[in-house]
Amino acid sequence: MIVLKDVLALLDGELLTSPTSPDAAFEKVFASDLMSDVLHSAEPGALLVTGLANSHVVSTCAVADLAGIVFVQGKRPAADVVGAAQARSLPLIATKMTMFEACSRMAGRLEDGGHVRR
Amino acid sequence: MSDASLVFHQDFPVKGGDFAKAGAVACRIKELLKDLGFDSWTVRRAAIVVYEAEMNVVMYATDAQVALSVAPGSVRLVVDDRGPGIPDVDLAMTEGYTTATAEMRELGFGAGMGLPNIKKNADDFHIESEVGRGTRLDITIRTNGHGTS
Repeated sequence: MIVLKDVLALLDGELLTSPTSPDAAFEKVFASDLMSDVLHSAEPGALLVTGLANSHVVSTCAVADLAGIVFVQGKRPAADVVGAAQARSLPLIATKMTMFEACSRMAGRLEDGGHVRR
Repeated sequence: MSDASLVFHQDFPVKGGDFAKAGAVACRIKELLKDLGFDSWTVRRAAIVVYEAEMNVVMYATDAQVALSVAPGSVRLVVDDRGPGIPDVDLAMTEGYTTATAEMRELGFGAGMGLPNIKKNADDFHIESEVGRGTRLDITIRTNGHGTS
């Protein structure tokens, strides 16, 4: 499990939606640019990491019960996409890191049981 | 499912080519099933089925109707589209097989997982297609006694 405030710190991320609880927790992390794969394989409660920033990413997460989205490599969704996520209480995070770097940083945290590494 | 056991029915139109609204019917049906008291796993399966079907209509068909029929312990979804039809249904059911354009793939769809994913989330799945006319999906999702009691 990984919490929102740790995701923001690890990825040097920017929260694009209004502040939700910094202790909001994600059970798992799933990375893909293919929404078909998200619908097929991602688990409810997971955090999606993607380089795709269109409205279908938010719709896909809403349909499949994912709990948050990280946009990598400086991708930023349009204002209406942010609004749609906000309406569904889905936190959106933007980071300049690549997909690989974002995933590897969070993987280290998940392997550590969600505890801070020093 | 007999008419006597039917507790809810609603039809939803889907327009081909309308990428902006794709997913709206899935989200609406998800809310309806939640309100009707179905468990979250059943609601999720139904929502994924409708979303995949909606995307197929948006990508390939002229238009379609999604018919939602709810009975105690089951959700039936019939998606009837007017469109080009599928020449080889067995091939279309193969994971990874796709005829999607680059534009569709850029949106994150068209990976050849739609129909297999619909089948994966269904307890009963039937598909009929006629080239030049359209495709009809008939899906039933059963619960373990949850919902619409």
